[in-house]
Amino acid sequence: MMTQVLSKSPLSKPSLSRSSPSSQFWLARPFGERATQIFLGVLLAALLLVTVLHTVVPQGSPLHVNAYTVNLFGKYLSYALLAVAVDLVWGYLGILSLGHGAFFAIGGYAMGMYLMRQIGDRGTYGHPELPDFMVFLSWDSLPWYWQGFDMAWFAFAMVLLAPGLLALVFGFLAFRSRVTGVYLSIITQALTFALMLAFFRNEMSFGGNNGLTDFREILGFNLRSNDTRLGLFLATGVALALSYILCRAIVSSKLGRVCVATRDAEARTRFIGYRVERFQLFVFVVSAMIAGLAGALYVPQVGIINPSEFSPLFSIEIVLWVALGGRATLYGAVIGAILVNYAKTIFTGVMPDAWLFALGAMFVLVTIFLPKGVAGLLRKRRRAATSDNAGTQEAIV
Amino acid sequence: MSLLQSLKARDRVFDFMAPDASPVDVRHGPILYMEDVTVTFDGFKAINNLNLTIDDGELRCIIGPNGAGKTTMMDIITGKTRPTEGSVWFGSRHNLLNMNEPEIASLGIGRKFQKPTVFEALSVFENLELAMAADKRILPTLTARMTGEIKDRIDEVLQTIGLVSLRYQPAGILSHGQKQWLEIGMLLMQRPRLLLVDEPVAGMTEQEMERTAELLTGLAGKQSVVVVEHDMGFVRSIARKVTVLHQGSVLAEGSMDQVSNDPNVVEVYLGADDEEAA
Ligand SMILES: Nc1ncnc2c1ncn2[C@@H]1O[C@H](COP(=O)(O)OP(=O)(O)O)[C@@H](O)[C@H]1O
Ligand SMILES: [Mg+2]
Repeated sequence: MMTQVLSKSPLSKPSLSRSSPSSQFWLARPFGERATQIFLGVLLAALLLVTVLHTVVPQGSPLHVNAYTVNLFGKYLSYALLAVAVDLVWGYLGILSLGHGAFFAIGGYAMGMYLMRQIGDRGTYGHPELPDFMVFLSWDSLPWYWQGFDMAWFAFAMVLLAPGLLALVFGFLAFRSRVTGVYLSIITQALTFALMLAFFRNEMSFGGNNGLTDFREILGFNLRSNDTRLGLFLATGVALALSYILCRAIVSSKLGRVCVATRDAEARTRFIGYRVERFQLFVFVVSAMIAGLAGALYVPQVGIINPSEFSPLFSIEIVLWVALGGRATLYGAVIGAILVNYAKTIFTGVMPDAWLFALGAMFVLVTIFLPKGVAGLLRKRRRAATSDNAGTQEAIV
Repeated sequence: MSLLQSLKARDRVFDFMAPDASPVDVRHGPILYMEDVTVTFDGFKAINNLNLTIDDGELRCIIGPNGAGKTTMMDIITGKTRPTEGSVWFGSRHNLLNMNEPEIASLGIGRKFQKPTVFEALSVFENLELAMAADKRILPTLTARMTGEIKDRIDEVLQTIGLVSLRYQPAGILSHGQKQWLEIGMLLMQRPRLLLVDEPVAGMTEQEMERTAELLTGLAGKQSVVVVEHDMGFVRSIARKVTVLHQGSVLAEGSMDQVSNDPNVVEVYLGADDEEAA
């Protein structure tokens, strides 16, 4: 039922008048787009503002932003990054992934493994190499796949490569056999559910249901210090900006138009000579890597990664952020993720039990009154402002 | 394009050969050759011992009652349906039965489906851009830039299909007839050697029909065109040679006058008299 509602988001209604494809270098294109300029400007201003309010404004002042809030904002930004990844595949490629939480969690675990190994011999059991939970389970050596995670470069590469590899294998099998639509959504749910069950098991050596936690430092910086928190917040903001630019470059390239073509008429696109399944795979892998990056930035800020991030419900929630913010705009995904999670923070503080109802109500209201999400509202404004141009072109029709 | 650039472009040979991008060999006869083709769906012969030859540059009309197998015939040529028996050759060199759909498309066979499917969210210009013959692998597509040469080619096709003034409009707002032309334009962007057009004027207004007739007759000579059509008036207005299909095989072949006086054809079309009058 829900996937049906979601897949009916009115994307087929095309926007009026567009400009012609550009002759620029593909990575440079986003900088020429008005919407991207505004987005990057707002993001940069927000990062600066929070930094100033946190460091310069004295603690007693009502304008002061405390470390807890900075940390919270950092968490929102990592969710926003995750939402951008989902919008890339859902908005532009038409693949409703209900399993992106899995890529997020795997990126998070890769970071978590690095942070665990940074603890070194300072754990409760004081083992020089083994994390506490392994000592507790009486393991005598590190499993082979924990090797290398003491090196930052290796761990950070794994943050991208591990989710990317999973997406590559999964996507290869799914797209090659032309699994699409609701069926694909269902198997992405199955994927994340299966991984959740696997990561719950102690034998997997990812800490079972407790997950990985008690982190101390990242790249030598104390994770409990305010400066590190600010640094992580800023790093997440920069990662969001860079990923946003990459995604914009992809969707405004010819490849992006092939994606939209695939979304709206897959058989036709294949017939024109594009190997549709390879394009799907490419974008899916890029998206999974961005989701992994989001997870890796999330984990040091919340201080824990456990199998609940694999929960099928979480993956559905991500899709709701994007739907609420407005599909196929990228900035809509960012707005949706931040708004919903802000509302969640407030709501769970006041009435924790009512959160799911509130989320459901928000979704229903937006579907009815803002079918194109919050971004649709912004776009309408912008179009009204430039209606002179559109009006003349409409007159020709 | 400089010689060096054209050497690097691996999707085609040299630019001076570009109009002949398709490697099809027509020196020894027809561009399309179907021999004794049979297709069986659950025991039912949708195509039954079909023999058909299309010459290079020819404009051919295929007519026949509903269920005669016209669409199935196109499915076979484009690789969508595999025949149970028979052989299908493109020129004298390419056995189409050994190829898959994208391979056949890139060989220079373009097909317009009955129901127009254009990319509604993309502009008319972008629809043509995607359809263009180019390196369609991932990285070249990601880094592709719009060049003057490509623009000229798109403009040329926009002229041919009469959609110049709508170039930046999303294809979703086009009328039914305009979508049909855009789709033909998308085929032309691939510089096909053989165009297969399935019921192009169904649902069109009289004026749109006339425009389509002009368009198709204008194309013949530059490429071979096979038109499947129900509308007899339309067929009469464009046809040079007509093939009548019935129950999966050729019933008659010749000029429109020859065919419409053929007693077999008259018999099959007896119930279709009113359609002819329309
Ligand atoms: N995939 C299929 N499975 C079973 N029967 C089919 C299939 N495709 C076509 N047919 C049958 O083959 C016959 C010819 O169909 P078609 O080629 O669409 O006719 P036309 O285009 O001339 O109207 C019809 O009787 C149709 O029902
Ligand atoms: Mg038909």
